[in-house]
Amino acid sequence: MSGLPGLREIWSWRRIPLAWLLLTRQPARLAVALAGISFAGILMFMQFGFRDGLFDASVTVHKLFDTDLVLLSPRSSSSVSMEGFPRRRLVQTLADPDVAGITPVHWNLVIWRNPEDRSTRSILALGFEPGDPLFTDPALASKAKVLNQRGRVLFDELSRPEFGPVAEWFRDGRTVESEIGGKRVRVGGLVALGVSFGADGNILTSRETYLQLLPNTPPGSIEVGLIRLRPGADPEVVIRRLKASLPKDVNVFTKQGFMDFEKDYWRSSTAIGFIFTLGAAMGFIVGCVIVYQILYSDVSDHLPEYATLMAMGYRLSTLLGVVAREGLLLALLGYLPAYAAGQGLYALVRSATRLPVSMDTPRAVTVFTLILVMCMGSAGMAMRRLADADPAEIF
Amino acid sequence: MTTSVSPQRSSAAPAGAPLPMVQVDGLSHWYGAGEMRRQVLQKVNLTIQPGEVVLLTGPSGCGKTTLLTLVGALRQVQQGSVRVLGQELNGSSRKQRQQLRRCIGMIFQGHNLLRCLSAEQNVQMGSDLLPDLSYRARRDQAREWLRAVGLGDHLDKLPHGLSGGQKQRVAIARALAAHPRLLLADEPTAALDKQSGREVVDLLKRLAREQHCAVLMVTHDPRILDVADRLVQMEDGRLMAAPVPEPTA
Repeated sequence: MSGLPGLREIWSWRRIPLAWLLLTRQPARLAVALAGISFAGILMFMQFGFRDGLFDASVTVHKLFDTDLVLLSPRSSSSVSMEGFPRRRLVQTLADPDVAGITPVHWNLVIWRNPEDRSTRSILALGFEPGDPLFTDPALASKAKVLNQRGRVLFDELSRPEFGPVAEWFRDGRTVESEIGGKRVRVGGLVALGVSFGADGNILTSRETYLQLLPNTPPGSIEVGLIRLRPGADPEVVIRRLKASLPKDVNVFTKQGFMDFEKDYWRSSTAIGFIFTLGAAMGFIVGCVIVYQILYSDVSDHLPEYATLMAMGYRLSTLLGVVAREGLLLALLGYLPAYAAGQGLYALVRSATRLPVSMDTPRAVTVFTLILVMCMGSAGMAMRRLADADPAEIF
Repeated sequence: MTTSVSPQRSSAAPAGAPLPMVQVDGLSHWYGAGEMRRQVLQKVNLTIQPGEVVLLTGPSGCGKTTLLTLVGALRQVQQGSVRVLGQELNGSSRKQRQQLRRCIGMIFQGHNLLRCLSAEQNVQMGSDLLPDLSYRARRDQAREWLRAVGLGDHLDKLPHGLSGGQKQRVAIARALAAHPRLLLADEPTAALDKQSGREVVDLLKRLAREQHCAVLMVTHDPRILDVADRLVQMEDGRLMAAPVPEPTA
């Protein structure tokens, strides 16, 4: 076996792997410890996953917009309570030299009738001029042409199945018709947007159709204004200019700010964040208790052996290191099954709820860090028992 | 395979008038505090020369084990002087005592082997204390020592798979593997039958001799007193010399 001489030398300094042997020569205790740590890890993965997934899901549609800046009414608090503002304000932004283009968007929840079982459910309707750029996906422009016909909508095929088998029927070549707020609409095509926290499904319409479906919309009022900037323009600078020139009846956001605004709503106005963080904290505490119990009884059971090692001339710090390594090994061995199970459960959640939950690196690192803190903290507590190992008492 | 390392000590015993291995002067020790304070050692004097085998006997509770723990640097000296390997233990720091213990092999009444380690790994816990040796050299030394105590065929056995005498022999190998200059043994034959007890002390004496290692052994066992170069009796915290009996056949 060839290797770097440095590594070979370090390898030759190794000692008996006492921590590893202490753990593995007691397989039943190790299994209980790993089951406890994995359970805590899985619980944390699920709770954090749901939390982040729900927050991410709240901006499924926001992410798709082809825009640099967004105008909203100051009275709008979230995607489920959008208020109108004068369309003029959006047009006024064109006076800014860095603004390249605008798209006025209507945004509201409407009642969709399931064409199969006639049940109703609220769905997010976006209305725009079919010629205007709306989403970054270039496929939309050609699909949008069909919206020029009155009463046509594009249906989001990723909508929840409660809205009816619209996508299947449409692909089978059937004419799919439904009702929105008592007005007949026909599905003119399919798009893939995805469900969000506030909306279980989405449809796109032309502005004309939208106003027909929601006749109470005040004339000249829109809910969202998209502003595209010239390449190279600094969005922050433009925002400052727009804020100075526009009246206070509109708010200006960057695209990221628009998404953060939505996430903040769900984070601060609902108990979702608290509930899931609490769930993760429970997992953390349960894990701490289990690991502490295991390590404490392990140290207690081996106290005469630790005392013997001290009598032989081993340093207390060497023995503390053994307990610390036991904690580290438990963290590593317990994390792997938790990670694997987390991947599997995320796949299950995705298929069952269509929430965008997946294993992202920050969360994997967060959960590992928490497990590490859990194990090392417990090891630190268990170390206090080592102070009772008095080599004078073993004779 | 690197050069095979023999367990023999390379350095010979110091020539000329050697420094005593252990010199105890006027050692007194108390347990407890206040009204419960009880004296267990009263002005004990004891000298052990390098390579000498000294047996300490006496009724239980007379302070033998206390003396052993004080000489073994396991306890802080309260009054008097204890010099081990020339180092004064009265007023020594925790760190100094820990360092000194590396030069002292200890064999306990119970074998005190690590249950999760094989015989070979247990002995290597002793040779792991030696500086500047590779893992392989330390492992080979551990194997040599197990062969020296006649357990070359039981390297991979865990302690619970060994008999009482075998465990005590592993403990001897472990104590010697750290190349001690002084061996302290507390009733090493207490848990053994007559024959294995005899084998264990004979082995202990032979190996200690080969290593020029002094031995201080506490024992109740009248069957093994003949291994001593010198017999010391203790009563009520005081020491007195006693004649060494003739070896029994």
